[in-house]
Amino acid sequence: MKSELQAILSTLRDDESSIVDTWLDELGAAEPGARRAVQPEAEELVKLLREALAAGADPDAMESQAWAGTRHVLESLSRSRAARGQTAGDTSQFVLALKKPLFNGLQRTLASDPGTLMPSLWTVTTMVDKLAQRTVATFQQAREDIIKRQQEELLELSTPVIKLWHGVLAVPMIGILDSNRTQIVMETLLQKIVDTESELAIIDITGVPTVDTLVAQHLLKTVSAIRLMGADCIISGIRPQIAQTIVHLGIDLQGISTKATLADALALAFEKTGWRVARSD
Amino acid sequence: MERIPILRMGKTLLVTIQVDMQDQTALALQDDLADKIAKSGATGVMIDITALEIVDSFVGRMLTSISSIARILSATTVVVGMQPAVAITLIELGLSLEGVRTALNVERGMELLRKSRQESHLGN
Repeated sequence: MKSELQAILSTLRDDESSIVDTWLDELGAAEPGARRAVQPEAEELVKLLREALAAGADPDAMESQAWAGTRHVLESLSRSRAARGQTAGDTSQFVLALKKPLFNGLQRTLASDPGTLMPSLWTVTTMVDKLAQRTVATFQQAREDIIKRQQEELLELSTPVIKLWHGVLAVPMIGILDSNRTQIVMETLLQKIVDTESELAIIDITGVPTVDTLVAQHLLKTVSAIRLMGADCIISGIRPQIAQTIVHLGIDLQGISTKATLADALALAFEKTGWRVARSD
Repeated sequence: MERIPILRMGKTLLVTIQVDMQDQTALALQDDLADKIAKSGATGVMIDITALEIVDSFVGRMLTSISSIARILSATTVVVGMQPAVAITLIELGLSLEGVRTALNVERGMELLRKSRQESHLGN
């Protein structure tokens, strides 16, 4: 084993508790509660580092099997921090704060051997930097996973097709309509029309914040596709401002039934399909 | 070349397209239908495309022109059973089949033809 690794290892072995203490001080965990929260993580990391170095792990090859335990702990640490909503900076700061106690420890161990001190410090710096990089990378990955999952959930959330009555389907559109989402809505709706043999579909746009020419074009496309299938379509939930925007933009909704509320649309749907609603008193 | 059979049920002509349409097949169908409507005096034409999974703009235009030809020969055309994928493709191609009547399935198509027949009787 190289002499600088030997020195780092003996520092870790001899001064373990003081290293953890200085590390926690460095993190600014002054109050006992916060200190207790990070202490187990710090202790475990120092222990794993020592074990890895003792097993002859090479700090230049972080991907090797010898570092697997350390990597695993770091990854789960940054993942849990990402889930708790901490920043990437905080997470890497946690690892980088390990430098000072290690430097101090090395200085004490190698006080009589300045020739080994310099390369040892360099090895520690690169090693801790790599560990910190690792946490940031994992942190980002974890965050991206969260965002991706939320996007998928949102996409599923936005395309429910509801059977409102015999032969009447409704799609409540919520959020901003882009080509991707309209495509999914169109496909699910058309498939549902085939499956349920419904002759009328109501597209409710109460939850759509703005309607521009592109959104209108998407809507018109959906309506045309529904008509080609042999069913008909009503657009409901047109708010006053949206009605004004549609007129100002010069969008032609001629030939498409439009209603202000879903209730009005349902009433029209009853009329078109020949149902009559009566009160029983 | 394949020819698509045209069945007669009373005053209605029934065409079921079960193969992928070639341009020649489409043209032949157009000719045959025009002949048959004129000969039989049919008042309704039903084109069932449930089994059709691929369309191009040529077939789309063929449906429109058959419908126009039939109208001149005083028959109503209804296209039934269009698959979602086919509908989306036609829309993306910019074909909305203006003037072609559509229905979800054969049953609804028959109903539609019956109604339009009644209306034309009332009109006469």
